[in-house]
Amino acid sequence: MSTDNVFAALPDVDPRAQLRLRARLAASAADAGILDVAYRTLDTPVGTLLLAATERGLVRVAYASQDHDAVLTELADRVSPRVLEAPARLDVAAHEIEEYFAGRRQLFDLPLDLRLSSGFRRTVLDHLRDIGYGTTASYAAVAAAAGNPKAVRAVGTACAMNPLPVVVPCHRVVRSDGTMGQYAGGTDAKRALLALEAA
Amino acid sequence: MKPFEAIVTEYGPTVLRVCRAVVGPAAAEDAWSETFLSALRAYPDLRPGSNIEAWLVTIAHRKAIDHVRAESRRAVPTDHLPERPGTDGVPGGWESDLWMALKALPLKQRETVAYHYLVGLPYADVAAIVGGSPEAARRAAADGIAALRKSYLQGAER
Repeated sequence: MSTDNVFAALPDVDPRAQLRLRARLAASAADAGILDVAYRTLDTPVGTLLLAATERGLVRVAYASQDHDAVLTELADRVSPRVLEAPARLDVAAHEIEEYFAGRRQLFDLPLDLRLSSGFRRTVLDHLRDIGYGTTASYAAVAAAAGNPKAVRAVGTACAMNPLPVVVPCHRVVRSDGTMGQYAGGTDAKRALLALEAA
Repeated sequence: MKPFEAIVTEYGPTVLRVCRAVVGPAAAEDAWSETFLSALRAYPDLRPGSNIEAWLVTIAHRKAIDHVRAESRRAVPTDHLPERPGTDGVPGGWESDLWMALKALPLKQRETVAYHYLVGLPYADVAAIVGGSPEAARRAAADGIAALRKSYLQGAER
């Protein structure tokens, strides 16, 4: 009889045990202070969002079109490879985002970790947070507010590179002629968010 | 570097089989959890290009030894063998037959059989993990498999 059969009775994969063990690992890693990046996904009207948080706060929101696997790899490279699916740390963020899409929340009250953005892009993000729910600002106006009126294209780049779309409202930045302009999550998502806020 | 989650997905099931084969059903999940917590801690310092599977089995081996030692410290001679319920709720499943056969092997045989036949590590890697020469690891695994054939596979055919 082949030696391959010796372990035939021992399951190759035991899905229930893996679920249990992964939850236990996420909890004990958090307790030990070595859960550097926790993430989960959240189904929303604009598709499945990836939410990731460090111990400091929400560090990344990504649309499905941005490729969640690629985003996780980027987090591993830029923040820490200690990345685990660990929904508990994202409970509050997920809840607030759900309220936002249900039209019951206009402001996010969450600790944010903006370490993925620096320099002028970071300055732009700070100013985006001043554009209120249901209003818009032009790329030129944001450039002026950020202290560099000529940097209209750089504002566009900063919005495209926003690590926290939806929560840091780059969707509220539109072109001076009133047309929508580009968006990290695609123009359909931008249109949906602006329509939600206009309702 | 891959996110650690990808490492858990890729190697979690194999490490669980190893833990089950070496420490048995009761302590396997503790050994698995300790292995991956330890691995998560050390992961950022892992050299690029390392054999991740062998690295994880090395950690699992240390955790398993801790459990086996703790078990033998707890063991008290008795006339009555208590019946232990399986943890997976499969009556007559692997934990009652295969584990009984594995448990009867000397630890070194159980380890070498698991690391070579279950994980597929070459004897050089198995020897690096359990100590001794590759040839000694090969002999221990061969003896272990022969004993399992006799005690478990033939028993299963009866």
